[in-house]
Amino acid sequence: MASTETIDVEIWQGDANGGAYRAYAVPAQRSQTILDVVTWVQQNAEPDLTYRFACRVGMCGSCAMTVNGKPRWTCRTHVSKAGDGPLRIAPLRNLPVIKDLVCDMTEFFDKWVGAGGVFKPSTTRDDPIPAIDPSTVERAAASEAIECINCAICYSACDAVAQNDGYFGPAALNRSWSLINDIRDAGRTERLSAAAGTGGCFNCHSQQGCASHCPNLLNPTLSIAGLKRAAVKAKVRGEI
Amino acid sequence: MIAEHRQQPLWFAFALHRISGLLLALFLPAHFYVLGLALKGEAALDGFVAWTDNPMVKLAETVLVFLLAVHMFGGLRVMALEMLPWSSRQKTFAALAAAGAFGVAVCFLLGAL
Ligand code: HEM
Ligand code: SF4
Ligand code: SF4
Ligand code: FES
Repeated sequence: MASTETIDVEIWQGDANGGAYRAYAVPAQRSQTILDVVTWVQQNAEPDLTYRFACRVGMCGSCAMTVNGKPRWTCRTHVSKAGDGPLRIAPLRNLPVIKDLVCDMTEFFDKWVGAGGVFKPSTTRDDPIPAIDPSTVERAAASEAIECINCAICYSACDAVAQNDGYFGPAALNRSWSLINDIRDAGRTERLSAAAGTGGCFNCHSQQGCASHCPNLLNPTLSIAGLKRAAVKAKVRGEI
Repeated sequence: MIAEHRQQPLWFAFALHRISGLLLALFLPAHFYVLGLALKGEAALDGFVAWTDNPMVKLAETVLVFLLAVHMFGGLRVMALEMLPWSSRQKTFAALAAAGAFGVAVCFLLGAL
């Protein structure tokens, strides 16, 4: 649909030392996504505008930005769903900015590892592959938490992360919960110790900002509540 | 202005819990002071109790009852969320906590007038 209508867009540009919004008028299209808008600006108005994307279909988790104050996946957010008034696009909150719309994800992934996000096998490649019964409570919990695309939207929405640099945040703890429920995993004790530690699940105030923003409709608050129960039980039993 | 990323019912429930908790903590010294009056003797306490017949004071007491009830129901909600199996009806529970507290405060006001 060729159109003479335009959308008023403001895009934040700058780096770790600060920056400002710049305004553009972008031609409106049908079914236009926020990522389409950013791409139009880069290709037609601001060649050095820096942003990330890869899959454009909600699989890779690289395109997250703050859109009108809310963290969102921009490849699957239509302009029409972003609210009224001019579009304001900024980098994610709670992560250091490298340039324009690109954040440094290092601390996000370091916290994954810190929270015990790395699978610890209980068997070797020489052992038979364990059978996993999909109908168990544990497997249902693991499967529910596993569809995370590491977009950091929940991390950006979380006020506990904003207040405490050391907090692992919802995505890392959600990952930990999926492994706690994985019968093949042998790292339960270390993982629960990390979850009960200073950066762990007890920093969470259950405001559920993470769950209300996760584009994949995961519920990190549920996972964190599960970790809280498991950590309290393990503590009472003297396991951690 | 409340930031966009906070505009969801369960953040408001959290905010209400924190504000009510802080206001209750502020009220606590006054409460102990009145308890102290009771220790001092009946006359001092009677004077205070007479003062509480004032309608404005009744209204303030109602607000206080609301704060206590909303903080208690809200606190029980958070503890249930964290320690019982998950329920998908979190927003309903938060609404029930607020409605219950409002009910308790209204009952107090009607009973007290
Ligand atoms: C009536 C029984 C009470 C219950 C069941 C209760 C429960 C709770 C719970 C579960 C929390 C943690 C909330 C969170 O994790 O965000 C909390 C926080 C708090 N409570 Fe209470 N509480 C009660 C009474 C009181 C009283 C009487 C006071 C005032 C002295 C008070 C002051 C606070 C404060 C200041 C906070 C911190 C708020 C925050 O971190 O957001 N509470 N309460
Ligand atoms: S529920 Fe916990 S992890 Fe999720 S946004 Fe709130 S404080 Fe952060
Ligand atoms: S839990 Fe959801 S919001 Fe958080 S990183 Fe994973 S997919 Fe993104
Ligand atoms: S570009 Fe891959 S999720 Fe948006």
